[in-house]
Amino acid sequence: MFLKKQLPLLVAMFMGTMMIIQFFIPHPFSKNVYSTILDWLMIVTAFTLLIAVQSTVQMHITKIRRKVTDWQSSVIVLTALGITVFVGILGGAYAPTNILMKIFPNVQPGSDTPLMYLYIYFQTPMQATIFSLLAFYMASAAFRAFRARSFDATMLLITASIVTIGRVPIGQFFYANMPEVVEWILNYPSMAAQRGILIGVNLGMIATSLKIILGIERGYLGGGK
Amino acid sequence: MKKMLITLFLFLITMSVVFAETDNTLIPVIADSSDLIIDEFNYCGIESIEVKDAPNDDGTALLIRWEKIKDVEEFDGTYSLYRINVETGKERRIKELITNETEYTDQGLYRNIAYKYYIVAVNNDFQISTVRVYTEEITTTPNWFKKDKIILLLMIIVYILMIVLLVHTVRKGKKLFLRRLAGIDALDEAVGRATEMGKPILYIPGISTMSDIATIASLNILGPVAKKVAEYESRIIVPNRDPIVMTVAKEIVKEAFTEAGKPDAYDDNDVFFLTDSQFGYAAAVNGIMVREKPATNLLLGMFYAESLLLAEMGNTIGAIQIAGTDAVTQLPFFITSCDYTLIGEELYAASAYLSNEPVLMGSIKAQDYMKAIIICFMILFLTVFLTNGIINLFTDADIGFFDGIMNVIRFVFNT
Repeated sequence: MFLKKQLPLLVAMFMGTMMIIQFFIPHPFSKNVYSTILDWLMIVTAFTLLIAVQSTVQMHITKIRRKVTDWQSSVIVLTALGITVFVGILGGAYAPTNILMKIFPNVQPGSDTPLMYLYIYFQTPMQATIFSLLAFYMASAAFRAFRARSFDATMLLITASIVTIGRVPIGQFFYANMPEVVEWILNYPSMAAQRGILIGVNLGMIATSLKIILGIERGYLGGGK
Repeated sequence: MKKMLITLFLFLITMSVVFAETDNTLIPVIADSSDLIIDEFNYCGIESIEVKDAPNDDGTALLIRWEKIKDVEEFDGTYSLYRINVETGKERRIKELITNETEYTDQGLYRNIAYKYYIVAVNNDFQISTVRVYTEEITTTPNWFKKDKIILLLMIIVYILMIVLLVHTVRKGKKLFLRRLAGIDALDEAVGRATEMGKPILYIPGISTMSDIATIASLNILGPVAKKVAEYESRIIVPNRDPIVMTVAKEIVKEAFTEAGKPDAYDDNDVFFLTDSQFGYAAAVNGIMVREKPATNLLLGMFYAESLLLAEMGNTIGAIQIAGTDAVTQLPFFITSCDYTLIGEELYAASAYLSNEPVLMGSIKAQDYMKAIIICFMILFLTVFLTNGIINLFTDADIGFFDGIMNVIRFVFNT
């Protein structure tokens, strides 16, 4: 029980208090402590990647074994993972390895590595494809949001129409000061509402942090109490 | 209780006045009057230049201030500021084209090394004046406390006291009123619906790391949600983008199932890591939505551009969606596409509502009181600002007192 509940609470309390104190001390000693903790964080993060790989492999192997619906996708995931690891270890990340240059004599020290090739010509286009879907989703969401069913929705429709028209060159054609009107809407009414939310968010953040440091909030440890 | 809060409020104001930044008086190094030759080629025009250690830093910055001679004819050239490393004797121009500025903070210096500064005038023909005005030698000194953050420290102390006080009050049996949150109230219904339909619940804890408070708030909500799911003998799927978040989420869900008396119903493969690529994660979660057709989607935590991709897909499959984030830019997308949205701080309050623990309720009340204090400061500033403006408009009365109050409030907000 001590190892599972009290010890994590004590660690959270000690580290939380230390980091608050550290924030108020600009001395190099304090900065060194902070950078050391950041180093620890990086080391811990590097190790957690192994957990991520373990989780992925375990889940997909289980899916293949149980022959769940679309288990073939799991084979593709594991194959892609294996190829990427193999290519990364054999060919290097940023510069080609000596082994790669021996196997393929035309590969020069300044050439792209196979891993980079995979990143630039596979991963980046795939990410861009998903990102581009946002435009279509945005159109469908806007269509739903801008239906003038109530007073609030009508206000939203009018404001959004002004901002949309003011953001494109044709807006200036209709009314010369349209960009200024849009800037005013964004900088004053919109910003005021955002800041209202942000004050609450920041207080919530501080409260949550303090609750964790004081040991009042323990939900993140599991079990709730 | 009220007396205590009023005392705290007054204490905060008193400390603000005490610690409000006052201009440190410096002893200027007056340039030798023989240097002040008003000549086309030997122009100086600088009356004094002074250097002091920059406050609230780690000992790597110096603050240089200078004053121009006021009663000389207009000089339309510029000035250049030079630094001399006294140990090596090396000189370096650190700021040029100075016209109206009167101070400069020289950063990135070495500790325990003496520095000296001087200013020269540069005329429009790029001729450098031979007259130079030097400062004294100085070494940087690291500080042990950020004086400019004193109000922040005081506010944290006041905040902690408030939380402790209110938690103590609640423990003594006092009931506090808290506004209900529709999104949280709908949670039971959402879990029940999923159970009836025989479909899983998809819980997305955002795409940020454990160092993000929104993620911690989301994981605090995951516990009670997973417990409800376990009680209903339903299934919860938690895809993660961060390995640390995944580890914590696994532990939380496992504990919740055990607490509900259904440890066998927990499947370790339901809480898993997907990918750390933002849009890769969005694509994978959308795939899960299409294949598994969850009856309820909970999107709670920190979201970026993928928020609409996830929420719209959830909308398309007809799931009940409860979202919550403190990312102001993503809130409109969630409000549009989800049935319920926890806006900003409601995300942080949700775990207290769900757990129904009086101690946590007390901390939410403390949040409200803190907000009241901030609003009081804002109203005070606005009142003084408007009164000042009106008096200035109609009378010539000396109203330095109002300026003083406004400076104090400005100092409070700046820190």
